[in-house]
Amino acid sequence: MTSVTATARTGRRSGGRSGKPPDHGAWFLVLPALIPILVLSVGPLLYGIALAFTDSQAGRTAPTQWTGLLNFRDLLHDTLFWESFRIGLLWAVGVTVPQFLLALGLALLLDQNLRFRWLARALAIIPWAMPEVVVGIMWRLVYNPDAGILNETIGDLGLGDGRGWLTGLGTALPAVIVVGVWAGLPQTTVALLAGLQNTPHELHEAAAIDGAGAWRRFRTVTWPALRPVALAITALNFIWNFNSFALVYVLTNGGPGGKTRLPMLFAYEEAFRYGQFGYAAAMGCVMVAVISVFLAFHLVARLGGGEDT
Amino acid sequence: MALLGYLVFLAFPFFWLISTAFKPARELGSLHPTWIPRHPTLDNFRQAFDEQPLLRAGFNSLVAAVSAALIAVVVATPMAYVMARRRGRLATAATGWVVVSQAFPFVLLIIPLFLVLKSLHLINSVAGLVMVYVVWSLPFALWMLVGYVRAVPLELEEAAAVDGAGRLRTLVSVTAPLLAPGIVATGLFAFITAWNEFFFALVLLKTPEKQTLPVVLTHFLGAEGAADLGPLAAAAFLATLPSLAVFAVIQRRITSGMLAGAVKS
Repeated sequence: MTSVTATARTGRRSGGRSGKPPDHGAWFLVLPALIPILVLSVGPLLYGIALAFTDSQAGRTAPTQWTGLLNFRDLLHDTLFWESFRIGLLWAVGVTVPQFLLALGLALLLDQNLRFRWLARALAIIPWAMPEVVVGIMWRLVYNPDAGILNETIGDLGLGDGRGWLTGLGTALPAVIVVGVWAGLPQTTVALLAGLQNTPHELHEAAAIDGAGAWRRFRTVTWPALRPVALAITALNFIWNFNSFALVYVLTNGGPGGKTRLPMLFAYEEAFRYGQFGYAAAMGCVMVAVISVFLAFHLVARLGGGEDT
Repeated sequence: MALLGYLVFLAFPFFWLISTAFKPARELGSLHPTWIPRHPTLDNFRQAFDEQPLLRAGFNSLVAAVSAALIAVVVATPMAYVMARRRGRLATAATGWVVVSQAFPFVLLIIPLFLVLKSLHLINSVAGLVMVYVVWSLPFALWMLVGYVRAVPLELEEAAAVDGAGRLRTLVSVTAPLLAPGIVATGLFAFITAWNEFFFALVLLKTPEKQTLPVVLTHFLGAEGAADLGPLAAAAFLATLPSLAVFAVIQRRITSGMLAGAVKS
C-alpha cells in the first residue's frame, strides 16, 4: 500500500497538481475490474496450470490426486498430439504470413488510392464483424462440392472437375488456411494502414526527388517506420491463429482423418468429450510454453531492430 | 486493378451466402449453381425458423451480449481512468495483464472456469456465460478506454480543480462527457465480441433452450456436411446482421481507438 502511495505521488507530480492524494479513491476505482479479473482470469489460469499436474477427470467420484509430471510424460509419447501440434504450427504460419503480405499490399494500395478507401473500408467490415461460425458456414457453402460456387467457377473456366475441397486429404488444410487468411485480413490491414499513416511523407518525397525507385523508397523510408506495427500485428496474429477454434470446428471439425485437427480442437475433445481435464490442461501448458518461446524470439528481433535505427 | 482483386476476394463469399439464402430448393439442387437466384424466395428463412429455435437463441445471444457489454464498460471505465492517469505499479501490472491475456490458450482457462462455474451451479446458465464474457472482453476494452482517457486533456481536469470542483465532480461533469463517445464505442465492441463468441458458449451451455445463436447455428450442420444449405445460409445471414449493423456504426472509432491505444502507450 505504501509503495502504491509513493508511486501515485510521483505520477501526480508530473501532472503538476498538489493537494490530498486520493489513493483510496484509486483503489475504489480499480476494484470493480480487478476482482473479476483475479477471480475469473488470473485465478483460473493458475488453477489450470495446477490441474496439469493432477489426474483430474470429469464426473469422477474419487478425489483428484497429484501425479507430478505424469501427464507431460504421457504427452511426450502421444504421437497424435504432436501431429496435431505440427498441424497447428503449419496452420499458424500458413495463415499469418500470407495474411501479413496480402494486408501489406492492400494497405499500401489504400494508402495511395484515397478515392476507394471508403469502399475498401466498407468491405473490410464484413470479415471482421462476422461471427466466426458464420464465416465457417459461408465458406462451406463456397467449397460445397455440388452447390458451391468454387467448383462451378473452376468448371466454367475449363480447369477440370471440381473436388470436395474440405474432405480431400490433400486439400483440406490449404482450403482451411485460405479461410483463415480471409478472416484476419481486414484487422491486419487496418493496423498496417494506421502504421503507414505515421510514416514521414516529406521523407518519401525527398527520396523520390533523389531518384529512388518505388522498391527502394519502400525499403528505406516506409519499412523502418512500419516495422514496429508490423512486428506487433504479426505476433498477435500468430498467437490468435495458433489458438483459433471456431473456424476450423465449423469447417471440418478436424477432419478428414485429423488433417486439420488443430491443438485447440484436440484439447477440446480431450477435455469435454473424454473428460480428461488434467491431460488437456497439460496440453494447454505446452501450448503456452511454445507461444512464449515464439514471443521471446519476436521480442529479441524487435529489440535488434531498435538498435539499427 | 489489384485493388479490385482484393475487393472481389473479400466480398464474394458474403455475396454467395446471401445468394444461397434466397435460392429456392430446386436451384440449390441444380448441378450448375448461378450467382444470382433466378426465383428469389423467403422459404429458407421460414424453414430455418421451423427447424431450430432461432428466436430463442437470438434472445439468449442478445441478453448475454448486452449484459456483458454493459457490465464490462461500467467496470472497465474507472480502471482505465486510473491506468491512463497514473504510472504506478498497478497500472503497469494491468497493462502487462492486458498483453499477456492475449496469449492464453482458452483450453487452459476454460477447464478451471468450467469447474468453478459448476461448483457455483452456473453451468448451462446465461449468467455464468456473461461473467466469462465480461472478463474476456476486459483486456481490449481497457486498451481502448485508456487511449480515450489519454485523449482528454489533463489541463481541463486541472482547470476544474482550480475552480474548486471536487474529484468526483470533475469526473462527472468534465471527464465523463468527453469520454462518452469512446465509452459507447467500447461497449458496442464488447457487444460484438460477445454476440460472435462461440467457444465458451459451446462448452458452457448444454441445453438448446439456453444456447446462443452461434451454437444453435452449428446444429444446422448435421453429420458430415449433410446440411440443408438454404436454411443454413438464411440463418447465418440473419445472425450476422446485428454485428454488421453495430460494426458499421463504430468502425471508424474502433480503428482510431486501436490507434490511440497503440501510439501513446
